[in-house]
Amino acid sequence: MSKPRVIVIDCGIGNLLSVQRGLEHCGAEVVLTSEPDVVLVAKRVVLPGVGAFANAMQALQERNLVPAIQALAKQGTPLLGICLGMQLLLDESEEFVVTRGLGLIPGRVVPLAMQATSGASQKVPHIGWSGLVPAEEGADWQGTLLQDNGSGEAAYFLHSFMAVPADPRHRLADCIYGGRRVSAAIARDHITGCQFHPEKSGEVGLRILRRFCAD
Amino acid sequence: MRNVRLIARLDIKGPNLIKGIHLEGLRIIGSPAEHALRYYKQGVDELLYMDNVASLYGRNHLGDLLRLAANNIFVPMTVGGGIRSVDDATLILRAGADKVAINTAAVSNPKLITDIACRFGSQCVVLSIEAKQIAPQRWEVYTDNGRERTGLDVIDWVKHGTSMGAGEILLTSVDREGTRKGFDIDLVRTVTAEVSVPVIASGGMGRAEDCVVVARDGDADAVAMADILHYKRATIGEIRAHAKAAGLGVRDYE
Repeated sequence: MSKPRVIVIDCGIGNLLSVQRGLEHCGAEVVLTSEPDVVLVAKRVVLPGVGAFANAMQALQERNLVPAIQALAKQGTPLLGICLGMQLLLDESEEFVVTRGLGLIPGRVVPLAMQATSGASQKVPHIGWSGLVPAEEGADWQGTLLQDNGSGEAAYFLHSFMAVPADPRHRLADCIYGGRRVSAAIARDHITGCQFHPEKSGEVGLRILRRFCAD
Repeated sequence: MRNVRLIARLDIKGPNLIKGIHLEGLRIIGSPAEHALRYYKQGVDELLYMDNVASLYGRNHLGDLLRLAANNIFVPMTVGGGIRSVDDATLILRAGADKVAINTAAVSNPKLITDIACRFGSQCVVLSIEAKQIAPQRWEVYTDNGRERTGLDVIDWVKHGTSMGAGEILLTSVDREGTRKGFDIDLVRTVTAEVSVPVIASGGMGRAEDCVVVARDGDADAVAMADILHYKRATIGEIRAHAKAAGLGVRDYE
């Protein structure tokens, strides 16, 4: 049986090796590319991302990848955005200057609060392991990339901004940070975004990647 | 409640995992890859690789080690030692690291913090500080594994470094490092009170209870440990269980 093939979008920034190795560990054959034509015909695509929102959008635009990624949504190709790659799925971000995103899931990216609900100051960036809990009005995990995961399982987060989907039904999982719910995973049709790093979350994250490779 | 991170610190010299006292008198422990994998299987929250001699020679050998680790270790990795430019940071991140820790190069050129943060985000930049106590409630910044004085006050440097874009502080007490006498709680508490970014306490972990004390009394966000793990005096699982029983927030891991 041939291995499932996963295309990882490479804009030359950040740690792609871990994403690649994580997917390979889950049985995938991984191809790194910045070619729109390769993305367009892919069976599965991962959009990783490290760095600033505006830089990442610019990097995608320079490589003419924006229309290719947007076409994936219409084609129903499974797409997984990780960390900044998840935030890029939304309409726009407030990071530094307001910047338009890919617009695949309605909503905005806003800074994490500097104060906890208790009034205490809160550490930003949010760095560390937080439990994944079902979003309040969100979708059931059954049939999603989280279907093999249980509520409360911890994943690794490393971020200063957070995604706020306009439609609560697009929220899949939250984590609680400083007493507030923060979007940990969002999904719309075949598009999923994880604020945490599944490739850095031990078995909890590998289960998500395995599901992505299997679907 | 936030989860305090349990971090295994691996000091590296050439191909070997090493351990010293006060960052000196280095002894060879063994293979970094074997130890890293053991800690991953024990449920470590994060790995911290420090190339101990890199800053003396302006080089970093960790690339191959990291690429190897990325094959079977799926937790975050931070790398420090000898990172002097955005290009150095780029190479290390491409080899599988999630964060880079900078010390010597940041002291000589603080703008490097900003340059790396602008490209990869503040969350990728860890300001590594080697602190030695010089008077009550006063600590001086050292570089090159506690060998070189800088004349900088730790608190001033922490404030400056975070204003330049550092997203996390790795705070190593040179006085306590390798001594098993517990963390310098005053130092950690003084630093955590000054900054809004997470602080990793390093240097002095002798027993599981030290981790609880530095998180509770020092407000540390993460605890780096080496000796206690390398010499198998405790496992990550035992330390996690102790911390949990003491009421500390830690990641659930089974």
